[in-house]
Amino acid sequence: MAKNEIPLWEVFIRPRNGLSHKHCGSVHAADEVMALNAARDVYTRRGEGVSIWVVPSAAITASDPEHKDENFEPAASKVYRHPTFYKIPDEVGHM
Amino acid sequence: MAKDALLAFVVRLADDHLILGHRLSEWCGHAPMLEEDLAMPNMALDLIGQARALYQYAADIEGRGRTEDDFAYLRREREYTNCLMVERPNGDFAHTMLRQLTFAAFMEPMWRAMATSKDETLAGIAAKAVKEVAYHIRHAGEWVIRLGDGTEESSARMKQAVEDLAPYVDEVFDADDVTRAMVEAGIAPDPAALRQSFDRTMATIFAEAFLDMPTAPFAQRGGRDGRHGEAMGYLLADLQYMQRTFPGAVW
Repeated sequence: MAKNEIPLWEVFIRPRNGLSHKHCGSVHAADEVMALNAARDVYTRRGEGVSIWVVPSAAITASDPEHKDENFEPAASKVYRHPTFYKIPDEVGHM
Repeated sequence: MAKDALLAFVVRLADDHLILGHRLSEWCGHAPMLEEDLAMPNMALDLIGQARALYQYAADIEGRGRTEDDFAYLRREREYTNCLMVERPNGDFAHTMLRQLTFAAFMEPMWRAMATSKDETLAGIAAKAVKEVAYHIRHAGEWVIRLGDGTEESSARMKQAVEDLAPYVDEVFDADDVTRAMVEAGIAPDPAALRQSFDRTMATIFAEAFLDMPTAPFAQRGGRDGRHGEAMGYLLADLQYMQRTFPGAVW
């Protein structure tokens, strides 16, 4: 198979200082410099960010949709894992 | 005279940006890939935004009640004083990127110098534009490098673009009464003084792209006097169509 000359990259944008980078989409680009430019051109046109990460899509290992039930169903019945069984004193304020 | 020279200077700068912005916008929907289909209109909008600010200022200087739209849409071909480089047809993607790089490499030191202009309006426009043009150099420059140092075909097309554009480079560095008046008034730099910075930008990128710096056997001139190439009439027909057909139409 021919080598893919213009592979796919996943784009992560940090909207403001103090927040984490968030996945916002993907771009095609020949290399990481071009990927950063493309991400800037495609995803920051409306002032969305202060920092960009690009990662080769091929570098991401994804969970198998077929394993959805065994991966995620067991958590559904364990409501006690949610930190919602504590009374928080008013003085603590917003957490 | 001082006012006339300032008006002439602002209009030619505005015309450069409007016409190149229009040329770039012609790629919208036709770019070789989706990412570039956004990148080129992005740059076009930077240029048209700069042109708008300049035309508004020109209208103020002139003080005869004309608006930015009158300048952009309702002048005759001979009244446009853009350099010939920006009106050249787009050609292929290599040609468009090289023209973009060439113009940006000229404007970057120009805006940088004008950020400290004695004319406060121009200094304000320059301070914003200098960031936009820095990205144009980066974007177009990276493409020139990759196409020049790419496949056999991309490299051949890039070399052809260098040859085709070469005769249109020198015109932007020309001095005349208008540029001399701007230098004297501390409003804008001598275009010839920008040549070193321009050559340095181009040489760095050309070295990486394995391209030779062009030597044109002659230079095409005339844009600053309103003498344009054949392509300009067709461009203006497109650009002015709406305002000529529906005078005064607004969004």
